[in-house]
Amino acid sequence: MDYLYLLATLLFVFGIKNLTSVKTCLRGNKLSQLGMLVAIATTLVVMTDISWPLVAGGVLLGAAIGAVIAKRTPTTSMPEMVAALNGLGGVASAFVAMADLLQSDVMKKDGVSLWQTGAIHALSTPIAILIGMLTLTGSFVAYFKLSGRKLAHPVKGSARHALHALLGIGLIACASWQILATDGAELTISTVAVALIASILGVFLVLPIGGADMPVVVSLLNSYSGIAGAASGFVIQNPLLIVVGALVGTSGLILTQIMCKAMNRSLGNVLLGGMGEESVAKDAKDYKSTKSATPEEVAMLLEGASSVVMVPGYGLAVAQAQHTLRELGELLQKRGATVRYAIHPVAGRMPGHMNVLLAESDVPYDQLWEMERINSDFKNTDVVIVVGANDVVNPAAREATGPIAGMPILDVDQARTVVVIKRSLAPGYAGIKNPLFELPNTLMVFLDAKEALEGMVKEVKELGR
Amino acid sequence: MLSLVETLGTATDPMALEASNVFLTFFVFVIASLLGFELINKVPPTLHTPLMSGSNAISGITVVGALLCAKAGEGTFSQVLAFLAIVFAMVNVVGGYMVTDRMLASFKKKAK
Repeated sequence: MDYLYLLATLLFVFGIKNLTSVKTCLRGNKLSQLGMLVAIATTLVVMTDISWPLVAGGVLLGAAIGAVIAKRTPTTSMPEMVAALNGLGGVASAFVAMADLLQSDVMKKDGVSLWQTGAIHALSTPIAILIGMLTLTGSFVAYFKLSGRKLAHPVKGSARHALHALLGIGLIACASWQILATDGAELTISTVAVALIASILGVFLVLPIGGADMPVVVSLLNSYSGIAGAASGFVIQNPLLIVVGALVGTSGLILTQIMCKAMNRSLGNVLLGGMGEESVAKDAKDYKSTKSATPEEVAMLLEGASSVVMVPGYGLAVAQAQHTLRELGELLQKRGATVRYAIHPVAGRMPGHMNVLLAESDVPYDQLWEMERINSDFKNTDVVIVVGANDVVNPAAREATGPIAGMPILDVDQARTVVVIKRSLAPGYAGIKNPLFELPNTLMVFLDAKEALEGMVKEVKELGR
Repeated sequence: MLSLVETLGTATDPMALEASNVFLTFFVFVIASLLGFELINKVPPTLHTPLMSGSNAISGITVVGALLCAKAGEGTFSQVLAFLAIVFAMVNVVGGYMVTDRMLASFKKKAK
């Protein structure tokens, strides 16, 4: 049995490794699926006092729900789906620790405390419950924020930090009580208290973080659910859980770090910045002079352009317009123009979101340009088409202060003409005004991305005749 | 080393898990954590989302723990917890892997 667990672990290790390269990523995911299968099958075979109704019912129900969710989720909502799934993984770890506690002698006999079972085992029980519950509620706040709901923290200013600190102290106190409690009633109350306070803290910690920073939060919570898994592994003394949980925990931290770097911010800045708070959403009234254009006018502009850069954003995904965008790109290319797609590292709701979307609609890989590579080229570009992106092209990021100050952006304002396809002048995720829309070389197309692009495709075809 | 294990093994309460085992698992935990740090130092941005989603599915490994808790003859409440843990972890595993597969399928199409 131990050797089969080792096999499963190795499959996970090579699976993760293969997932980091485009060539091998499919195989990587298959390897890790095989690892999971080996792990589950081995566990079922070695268990002696197994309760089959519980196991069969749970596995089938969970698998069915998971399959339905995965099938029904549109490409646009994948990021929030990952957040929700992650929360469920976290709470599962917390429940494992609680169930084990209920089954242990510590609960059943008076006069025995968790501490007497050894320090590591004693500490891992509250840690698994704490991190698991925090992951659950934090992930679901992230889920709601990613689905576009505006949620605000009820407490403002420095009182908020005091409240969080108070909850943190309460959590440590209850966890200590849980470890030292010697009778069942005390143990039950302290365990429930730890779970409850951690759940509240999870909500409060994620609430003040701005929507644009959610990818980083989801990645961090993904790492947490790994740590919760490892902690529950210590609780039930299972090496597979410990090793795989640790792997996910630390590799998730590295991925979080990579994402923060892409946004030119530190993790502490993201978590404590409270970006969503200071920035009051502005609306159309704040814009003095914007020029709007119809798809027909844009088509005429494209007619004379020899280099075109597309800048996709979340709006493209929402409108499901990626195929139309590709069609427009192909058309222009046939007419002799250079067409490229500029990918901001955090465009969309998650890093790599746009790559997935454009790859799905068969945009050639060599036309996708990363921000660093294309930024110096915008001054030689005739037309930039910004489709449903806002914050990633907001020149306000170049200023010293403000909610998105310091974030690297695509320098689209340097192009000869910027066409912005956007339904309205509503603010982007960061909730701030975008001075780009007022520039003399910017044309606004106030339409749904798909509608606008379809119009352009039609007009370009007509002009070509 | 041996003497440390021996002392730990005898000094603690008989209730305690075998201390040498606990130490070994902690040892393995530290090494596995370091391996995780080293495993993904370079990732193309294209794969950030699939990687996050894929490793999210792997964190559903906690289903193994949930299965081990689903023992016959235990109290009702602990069985309810174990059942819920199995369901949640399986949703995470199956949903996570299928979403990741869907993301990666778009790359395969391109490779043709």
